[in-house]
Amino acid sequence: MTTPATDSPPAAATPPSGDVPPVEARDVHVRLGASPVLRGVDLTVRRGEVVALLGANGSGKSTLVRTLVGVLPATAGSVRLFGHELGDDVPWSRVGYVPQRVSAAAGVPSTAAEVVASGLLHGRRLRLPRGWRTQVREALDLVGLADRARYATHQLSGGQQQRVLIARALVRRPELLVLDEPVAGVDRPSQEAFAATMTRLVDDGMTVLVVLHELGELAPLVQRAVVLRHGRVVHDGAPPTPRAGHGGEAHEHVHPHAHPTALPRTDEVRLAEGPFEARPESTEDEVAP
Amino acid sequence: MSGLWEMVTDPFMQRALVAALLVGLSAPVVGTYLVQRRLALLGDGIGHVALTGVALGWLVGAAMGLVPDDVLAVPGAVVAAVAGSVLIEVVRRRGRTSGDLALAILFYGGIAGGVLLIGLAGGSSGSLMAYLFGSISSVTLSDVWVTVALCGVILLVGLGLRAALFSVSHDEEFAISSGLPVWALNMAVAVLAALTVTVAMRVVGLLLVSALMIVPVAIGQIVTRSFRRTMLVASIIGVAVCVTGLSVTYWYNVSPGALIVVLAIAVYAVVALLHPVLARRRPPVDPHPDIPDDVAVVPSATPADGRAAAQEECTP
Repeated sequence: MTTPATDSPPAAATPPSGDVPPVEARDVHVRLGASPVLRGVDLTVRRGEVVALLGANGSGKSTLVRTLVGVLPATAGSVRLFGHELGDDVPWSRVGYVPQRVSAAAGVPSTAAEVVASGLLHGRRLRLPRGWRTQVREALDLVGLADRARYATHQLSGGQQQRVLIARALVRRPELLVLDEPVAGVDRPSQEAFAATMTRLVDDGMTVLVVLHELGELAPLVQRAVVLRHGRVVHDGAPPTPRAGHGGEAHEHVHPHAHPTALPRTDEVRLAEGPFEARPESTEDEVAP
Repeated sequence: MSGLWEMVTDPFMQRALVAALLVGLSAPVVGTYLVQRRLALLGDGIGHVALTGVALGWLVGAAMGLVPDDVLAVPGAVVAAVAGSVLIEVVRRRGRTSGDLALAILFYGGIAGGVLLIGLAGGSSGSLMAYLFGSISSVTLSDVWVTVALCGVILLVGLGLRAALFSVSHDEEFAISSGLPVWALNMAVAVLAALTVTVAMRVVGLLLVSALMIVPVAIGQIVTRSFRRTMLVASIIGVAVCVTGLSVTYWYNVSPGALIVVLAIAVYAVVALLHPVLARRRPPVDPHPDIPDDVAVVPSATPADGRAAAQEECTP
């Protein structure tokens, strides 16, 4: 139920080779404050796989990916990226992470190019490499924002800001891409541009682990789905098929508004919704702990 | 004009101008990182702690019978400022919510400790005035060399590691996921802030030190849209207000530190008032011309009908 039985963990100190899975988590426990958020999660993502991480709000999806990339410490269990325990030995240049973020802006204005350029730094590389401008331009081109390089991030729309963060993860040409809700609250053109970009990357052999509320536009790409519930894996296998009446190409999902006076938000109109949604209208966005 | 020449050739003014120029150049560099990570008040906290360091240096100097007895004041300030900034960084890391409170406690402890220790050293709190409000007219040649060395370190690290310091200041979570030495880089920013406080202490005084780091950045971010340019504009403004403010005090007997800060705030006020007016002259443009309207407002015969209707219900 929790782990693909065919995949036995490799012996310790395995040298990195073509067979080493990019992500290998064993019995991961994470506590945030007093509450256990993850309770013994096993997850393996093999080379070239596209894995979707699904689950209701508070099921631990974001916590899991943040633990996998080293942002949160695991209280127990082990996480290996490309065969290396989390730490200085991990080849960080092969990992690209897109955090869940409403905005790419911070205290001081910064251009899209500056934000993307920070993705070129990893491990002990603390200065920008030669030719970084070309690499930044290529990464922005990949997400369809080549003409926005000199815009301040706060001038961009939410969807464009999200694409800037994706370009920041792609600029170092990673082999593994970890995305946390990349299309949550993102406008339609950005969602479509994102799906097109992902298709191209997956065709080129990118390994992807993506946290999603619903499969949506990515449904054709996802090969495996892992469903979390209350910090445990409850499903690991074929991606769920949408319930009848939901998720069809032409399906327009209209939420009834809880408050008649509330202004409608554009992101409430969704193309498809997975069957694992038990999401009340009021908790639209998962609050990062 | 001859008055200007007189000022430039005055050895007192020469030393003071070099110190003001270097401080005006380097303080906004560090300030840009502090504003970026929303720690604009960190410099103030460090300044208060440095006061305890000044008094401690004084106490040690007096106990050792050194002449003059405040010869250890500046080294004391450096030690206390670095220790204080490292402490703030550790507290910020451990418990994120209490960082604000820790900063406040450091403010009070720093001032109270300074006044208490200076009394023990046999001085009065009046002896601290030079450190609280600056004493640039009494800069010696060795002070200038210390300033040159410290500003050199600040500019070397602050500009040389700009990309990495930008990364941790902009998005710490992403920096961690890139395997960057985030802890060391955060410490670097904290130590840079401490060094800036101690070199700027001479020019504007500990109570106004933070203004020199923050106000030029506040001006820069109004008129630019990139991090690099904000830093550049802030440094230019820092140099301009420091040199102008100091020069004015050659003819008028006012406190140079206070004048420099008032000048900086005046520039901020003028820029903040004028920028929207000047920006309005440009024709208004849609910032996202290529984004189609994805909310249907006009009812139509398509399935979007229901959506539009639902929306109209919602609009009072």
